[in-house]
Amino acid sequence: MSVPKSMEKPFWLKLLSNGFLSLWCLLAAFPIAWIAIMSFKTPFDAFSPNPFNVIFGPATRSLGHGLTTLEIAAGLALAYFLVVLALRWLPRQVAHYTPAGYGAFGWLVAALLFGFVAIILFLVVIPAVTGPLNPLLGPLGRDILGLTTEHYEAVWIDRNFVRNFGNSMLVTGGVVAISLTVGTLAGYGLARSGTDLAFWLLIVALIFRALPHSVLVAGYLPVFIKSAEILRPILGEFAPTLYGKPWAVIIVLVSINQPFTIWMLSSFFQNIPSELDEAARVDGCSHFEAFRRVIMPVMWPGVITAGLFSFLLAYNDFLVTSLLLDARNMTMVPAIAGMFNRETTASDEVQAIAAAVSITAPLFVLVLVFQKQIVSGLTAGAVKG
Amino acid sequence: MFVGPSLILMLIFIAAPLVTVFWNSFYVTKPQYEKVEVETCTPGFPKPKCTTAVKQLPLLDENGKVVTETSFVGLESYINVLEPNRLRAALEALDWNALNNIEFWQALRFTLLFTLVTMPLVIGTGLLIALTVNGTIQSIKGPVIFVSLLPFIITPVIGALSIRWLFIGDGILTAALEAWLDRDIAMFAQGWTIEILMYVYRVWHVAPFAFVVFYAGLQTLNNDTLESAIVDGANRFERLRYVVIPHLMPLIIFVLLIHLMDAYRVFEEIVGFSSQAYVISLQWLTYDFLMPDEAGTRSISRASASAMLTMVGIIVLLVIPLRRAWRDRRKIH
Repeated sequence: MSVPKSMEKPFWLKLLSNGFLSLWCLLAAFPIAWIAIMSFKTPFDAFSPNPFNVIFGPATRSLGHGLTTLEIAAGLALAYFLVVLALRWLPRQVAHYTPAGYGAFGWLVAALLFGFVAIILFLVVIPAVTGPLNPLLGPLGRDILGLTTEHYEAVWIDRNFVRNFGNSMLVTGGVVAISLTVGTLAGYGLARSGTDLAFWLLIVALIFRALPHSVLVAGYLPVFIKSAEILRPILGEFAPTLYGKPWAVIIVLVSINQPFTIWMLSSFFQNIPSELDEAARVDGCSHFEAFRRVIMPVMWPGVITAGLFSFLLAYNDFLVTSLLLDARNMTMVPAIAGMFNRETTASDEVQAIAAAVSITAPLFVLVLVFQKQIVSGLTAGAVKG
Repeated sequence: MFVGPSLILMLIFIAAPLVTVFWNSFYVTKPQYEKVEVETCTPGFPKPKCTTAVKQLPLLDENGKVVTETSFVGLESYINVLEPNRLRAALEALDWNALNNIEFWQALRFTLLFTLVTMPLVIGTGLLIALTVNGTIQSIKGPVIFVSLLPFIITPVIGALSIRWLFIGDGILTAALEAWLDRDIAMFAQGWTIEILMYVYRVWHVAPFAFVVFYAGLQTLNNDTLESAIVDGANRFERLRYVVIPHLMPLIIFVLLIHLMDAYRVFEEIVGFSSQAYVISLQWLTYDFLMPDEAGTRSISRASASAMLTMVGIIVLLVIPLRRAWRDRRKIH
């Protein structure tokens, strides 16, 4: 698209807007990138007032944790090679080996394999090659970048963050699965009902979206703690105490998110022409069969978008999980808040940073893969609302 | 049939808790105490010295559990939260500090101010980014959107923490500020600096959302309208003022509405910045009542009262936009 001459920007405006844009990108990425750097340093370096000390980590280096010029060069070369491979060679292999229709599954396997090989190359092969070479190279073989993974080891192994990670995955996975199953059915039903309900649903969804979660949790908590006593007359000996149970939290989060999911999905289903399932009904399908055979194959873009937002809600939640789960079943985000509320030392603080970076990494990958769906989900609400 | 499961879920887990909260806010559950005469003896000569004292002990049932009693207290929990006596005293003396010492009013003050301050900043920043991205070359749009999404997608507590770690102690940004202003700064030693950091964090966190929505709106902007505005002699600013902004107006209202709801729920910042000693919000107040205190008891009743008050607040804030939506709808039909 060519821009008409009269609408071209004057030079100063171009300069100004490009300057602003770079400033914004810097601001957006800086805090996240910076804590990623901090997490690899000893506390003395991580909280140093001099930014160059944080980047190069002299104190970390003096403890013998560091990378030499050779190692950095080898690492960068390998990273470049792997990226090129992932973009050029991998898609062809996936297309070649996976049967048609299982593309997503094939990609999942390929990504896991590829990531595994990359980790082996970085952590085993490179040190093995550079180890004997470093002393021979003089200045090139000396440590210049302080780097240590001890905080990650401390968090994941000593502090048993693995369990928190497992809990997070359980809660998030459960929320996404249930919320989509129930929400898809309801969204489809509403979109085809043709009644006025959609407008009211929108209003209800808005009100519940506005409702602070603490209000709802204040309603759950006393009931959940006493649920064994309350449910005993109905369920007898099997009456569970809901407090502290991950599946109870899953249902709570699903319900909180339900109005939003339904509303998003029903507006998506409205865009699928209803002639499609009417044709299937004429051909003798039942209502449910029409949904399964005609709608299900075309609904995935909308479902993925709604699923992403359910995922974010469950993964990022602090309030509900911290109040309704006990320490043993804690998910990652509340667990990290518990890490530095005690009498914290500087090294505890860096461990918390390492944990924070570990929590953020999956989200980073998520944006990388699903950027389009996230954007479309954000704007869908605006256009329809 | 399709809607059934979802309706049941919402009824049980959204409607029922609201009723429970409403109910709980009028009742207080307390452990029952019994008065027991306890004789304590200390060895003495010629006879052990014995004293009897009346002690209050929690009443236990046959299983050794504390017997509790739930009683109707009317508005007492609300009064405990609102503290009208202290409020009146503070208002009569025009004592700002005394007013700020009452938890509920402090939380209300911060929550409302937070909503008001961040609102124009989010809209302005989002609009500015959208306009610049829209005017830039095609190839860098994708990466810019990717980078912009990062602050939006990050876990709120972690986002607040990441800002905190840049400033805490002699963190690099505090050090930079100190070098620039040539004075000693401690960002986390007083309320107003923490508050500024919270505003900054929230704008950083939400501006990408506004940006993405506005950017999508700009894509549907009709080029012909812009060109005819140029023919009419409108300069760049006038085109923005009379063509672009009116085109985006529904989206601006949408973002305002969403932001109003989200900012009113401000909570994660308090946790991330550990600012409860200086700054608290309404949601945090309820959260604090719900957390067990040192003795392990949760003040459910007060939490319910403050939750009800929080809810009333958001309903009051939302009445105007919702009535507007209702009227628009009546017009269409």
